[in-house]
Amino acid sequence: MGGSFTINHLVYLLQGMMWTVVLSALAFLLGSVAGFGVMLMRTARTRLLRQISFVYVQVIQGTPLLIVLFVVYFGLGVVGIELPPLLAAGVSLMVYCSAFLGEIWRGCVESVPRTQWEAAEGLALTRWQTLVDVILPQAARIATPPTVGFLVQVLKSTSLASVVGFVELTRAAQVVNNSLFTPFLVFGIAGVLYFALCYPLSRWSRSLERKLNVGRRQAA
Amino acid sequence: MSAVVKLHDIHKSFGSVEVLKGVSFEIDKGEVVAIIGRSGSGKSTALRCINRLETIQSGTLEVCGHRIDHADLDLRALRQDVGMVFQSYNLFPHLTVEENITLAPRRVKKLPTRDARALALSSLERVGLAEKIDAYPEQLSGGQQQRVAIARSLAMQPKVMLFDEVTSALDPQLTGEVLRVMEILAQGGMTMAVVTHEMAFARRVADRVIFMHQGRVWETGPGAMLDDPQTPELRAFLANGL
Repeated sequence: MGGSFTINHLVYLLQGMMWTVVLSALAFLLGSVAGFGVMLMRTARTRLLRQISFVYVQVIQGTPLLIVLFVVYFGLGVVGIELPPLLAAGVSLMVYCSAFLGEIWRGCVESVPRTQWEAAEGLALTRWQTLVDVILPQAARIATPPTVGFLVQVLKSTSLASVVGFVELTRAAQVVNNSLFTPFLVFGIAGVLYFALCYPLSRWSRSLERKLNVGRRQAA
Repeated sequence: MSAVVKLHDIHKSFGSVEVLKGVSFEIDKGEVVAIIGRSGSGKSTALRCINRLETIQSGTLEVCGHRIDHADLDLRALRQDVGMVFQSYNLFPHLTVEENITLAPRRVKKLPTRDARALALSSLERVGLAEKIDAYPEQLSGGQQQRVAIARSLAMQPKVMLFDEVTSALDPQLTGEVLRVMEILAQGGMTMAVVTHEMAFARRVADRVIFMHQGRVWETGPGAMLDDPQTPELRAFLANGL
C-alpha cells in the first residue's frame, strides 16, 4: 500500500468536512429546539419542572459526550433499535447541546432585570407574552456571543461521531491515512480544515461580544 | 363615594420579617392618597399588594371589585384595572416609546395595529411628550422616561393608578415635570395611590395622607395633617426632612 496524496484524497476529505457541517447543523438545530425547552423548564414557576430539568442538565453535563454516543448507538442497538450513524450522532449531539444551550440561555433570561417582568405583568401581559415580547428580545442580545461560541464546541465535538463509523472529517482522515500512512500530512490537513470552519465562528462570536459591550457602555 | 381600594387587616411577611402588621385603609373613587413614611415602613409593600406584585398572608383586599385574597382572582383582569408606575421607570429598552405604550393594549386588549399610533399619541399628549413617540428609552432623560411610563400605564385606561416613589431617582428639576403630570392626572379625577417622599406634593395634591410606621398605618388625615402632626413619630419624620 502507500502512495502519494492526490486530489482524490483531498476531495474525500472535503466530503467528510461537508458531513461535519451537516452533522453540526443538525445537532445545533435540534439542540436549539430542545435547549429552548430546557431553558423554559429551568425558569418555570412549577418547582417539579425546574427540578426535572436541573437533574437532566446535571446528568448530561456530567457525562462525556462519547458515553452518550455509545449509549445511543450501541445501547439502543442491543434493545433492537438500530439507528444509522448520522442519526445516532445527531441525537447524541442534540442531547448534549440541549443541556448546555438550555443552561446558557437560562442565565441570559435570568440576567434580564426582574423589574422588567414586573412592569410587563403589571400591564396585564401573560407570562408567555412577557417572555416573548419583553424578556427574550433582551436575553437574545446577551445570548448571541456565548451561543455562537458554543457552536464552535459543537463543531469540534462532531469528530467523536467517527467512533460509530460516521464518515465525517475525522473519520475521512483516518480512512485516507490507513491507505497512505502519512499521519502528519493527513491529520494536519484535517486540522487545517477544522480550523477553517471554527476560526470564522470564533471571530464572529468575539465581534458580537464587543458590539454588545459597546451597547452596554452607551446605555449606562 | 364608594371605595375602589379596600385593605383590611393586611399582614405580609418576607421570611420571618413581618413588614405589614395589620394594615387597613380605603381609597374612594377619584381620591388621591399619598402614602408617606420612612424606608422600611412598609409603604411600598402595601402598594405592591394592591396589584398583587406581592402576595399577602392574611387580611382582605378588594380592588375595583376584585378580591385579591381569593384563590379564584382573575389576575389579568385586576391588572387591567390597576396601573403601576415604578421608581426605576422599567420601560422596555428594546422597544420605541410607541411600542412601549401600545404593547399591552395590542396584546391584552387586541387593539388593531392601525389604531396603535393614535393611542400612543393621545397618551403621550397627556404627559406632554408627543414628539418623542419614535425615540428609544435610552435617548430620553429620566424625567421623560418616567412620563412615558405614566403614558404607558394610562394607555390601558386603568381605574386606579399606583405610583411607587416615582420621583426618587430624579433630580429636583426632573421631579417637577413628573409631579406636574401627576397633578394634572389628579385634577382629571384619576384615583391615585402615591407612595412619595415629596411632602409638598402630598400636602398640596393629596386628598388624604397616610403615614405608615413600622408596618402599620400610624396616622391619617388631610394634607394639612402635615402641618399639625398628632403623633410624635410623624412629628419626628417630618422634622428630619424626610
